[in-house]
Amino acid sequence: MAAIPPPPGTGRAAPPRGRRGRRWLGWGFVAPFMIVFALVFLAPIGYSIYLSLFRDRLIGGTSFVGLDNYVQAFQDGQFWSGLGRVALFLAVQVPIMLCIALLVALALDSGRLHGRNFFRITIFLPYAVPAVVATLMWGFMYGDRFGLVADINDAFGVSLPNLLSPGLVLASIGNIVTWEFVGYNMLIFYSALHVVPRSLYEAAEIDGASQLRIVTSIKIPAIRGALVIATIFSIIGSFQLFNEPSILKPLAPNAITTYFTPNLYTYSLSFSGQQHNYAATVAIVMGVVTMIIAYVVQLRGMRKEA
Amino acid sequence: MAQASTQADTGAGTGADGRAGTAGAWRGRRGAPSERPAGRRHSSDRPRRSVLLTVLTALVAVYTLVPLAWLLISATKTQKSLLDSFGLWFSGDFALWDNIQQTLTYDDHIFVRWLLNTLLYVALGAGGATFLAVLGGYGLAKFDFPGRRGVFAVVIGAVAVPGAALAVPTFLMFSKMGLTNTPWAVIVPSLISPFGLYLMWVFASEAIPDELLEAARVDGSGEIRTFFRIGLPLLGPGIVTVLLFTVVATWNNYFLPLIMIKDPDWYPLTLGLNAWNAQAATAGGQPVFNLVVTGSLLTIVPLVAAFLLLQRFWQTGLAAGSVKE
Repeated sequence: MAAIPPPPGTGRAAPPRGRRGRRWLGWGFVAPFMIVFALVFLAPIGYSIYLSLFRDRLIGGTSFVGLDNYVQAFQDGQFWSGLGRVALFLAVQVPIMLCIALLVALALDSGRLHGRNFFRITIFLPYAVPAVVATLMWGFMYGDRFGLVADINDAFGVSLPNLLSPGLVLASIGNIVTWEFVGYNMLIFYSALHVVPRSLYEAAEIDGASQLRIVTSIKIPAIRGALVIATIFSIIGSFQLFNEPSILKPLAPNAITTYFTPNLYTYSLSFSGQQHNYAATVAIVMGVVTMIIAYVVQLRGMRKEA
Repeated sequence: MAQASTQADTGAGTGADGRAGTAGAWRGRRGAPSERPAGRRHSSDRPRRSVLLTVLTALVAVYTLVPLAWLLISATKTQKSLLDSFGLWFSGDFALWDNIQQTLTYDDHIFVRWLLNTLLYVALGAGGATFLAVLGGYGLAKFDFPGRRGVFAVVIGAVAVPGAALAVPTFLMFSKMGLTNTPWAVIVPSLISPFGLYLMWVFASEAIPDELLEAARVDGSGEIRTFFRIGLPLLGPGIVTVLLFTVVATWNNYFLPLIMIKDPDWYPLTLGLNAWNAQAATAGGQPVFNLVVTGSLLTIVPLVAAFLLLQRFWQTGLAAGSVKE
């Protein structure tokens, strides 16, 4: 993940003098992090790879099956339907969310807004709202029992489509996720815009560049790193989609299946079906797919820079 | 940066006037065609406010605020008017205090228990994560040691691993170790924040001059003492930022406790609210929608307050972090 360059300091770091084993001193500070990291990141990855190579049968117990679980995953229609759903989600929700975030960040950065600080903090606020609360709020509002949808239907005598029906529930989830993360992404872009030297804009203005031209030719290229990082985080988020559908499930039991997203599928396999080995396999396949797509996005994002 | 833009201003001032024709179209729209060179800086730092742009941004702000307004208004309603009345306006008796009291006392004060659990997870999880990130970031920024680049590569690579892909294996591992259904199962995985480590690394490289550490060492200060006496105070805004973001991550955590904790007595608020909601939606279950709504409000108030009160700190910290992006 070279999108983030290592911070400076390699050459400038001042080695403490006159101490035994000073070359290793830095490890003393880094070791606590790395030990816990090994326990909660590296060990589970290793363990799930190990698990994915075995299968637990009713008769005969656990046996080594090689790559059979992976073969099963590739032929598993439920897995593919979940993957397709999050891919669709990714293709539609992520561009919408990032565009809104970028436009708001550019508007805030332009200095042409009344009440800039109010907007900045207001739009960021949903980030502090737990996914559970965000989903419950929107879920209630969507509902035709006492939600806003019911109110609108009553007030105007119309009958809006049920937002929690199978056809629309993915879009409804997309709206919740957009609401939660627009402000967060906006803040990433805004912080990145903030450090672009103003002199660049002034020079362009003097050369007669329009504001639109300054945005497309200077501002957006200048924050390319932030754009790539936000895109990668959003891709990871989409493929991990779990909280929102899982919490909406009681409100929309018919629309959200146990394999609605790959993560929901892993969860149900593991905790309802006790198929731990297969669940680990699905989790690994998803992890690999996510990393490949994140990597491709990063390569493309960086190539355009040239 | 400020210096660079000042230079550009003075250097460009005369040029701008000379080339007013080229820039005229845009400048005319902005309505500042004949400003003095001295006023240039003012005009580009504070361009004219645009009503259209403000209205468009306000639309996004309204979108942000509507659900929060709905929550606040709904929390003032009784269960009955919650179901009957228009969602975005007050109706019936003002029941906020009743609702809060009911929320706190329902089911033998279980909400208070969940709140205390959440505070425990946040204090140990987010506090520990921040501590590890600060230590590690300082070590990476201020020491050159074998394997330093490797640490960076591994940690940044880990950011791309979907956390949820790890959750199930972590659960299986922890259940072998007998940790599931205990607070440790939630706290230990919360201790790692790769983003926090990265932010502290960048922050420490910028905020702590090597000369200062060197001077302390020459004076015979030990490394640990140097860290606490000199490093830590300089890292203030960075620490607040990392702490705030890890607090949010722990406070809002849902998936991890959902997997790890089966006993409602150890639920954090997020799981508790979800359980109430599931109970309300189940046929035959006692409908407690007013408690779900009021509980949701009580859950977000502390975090929203923290973000509003600590704005100055975390915005500085984030800006510093993005310098190197």
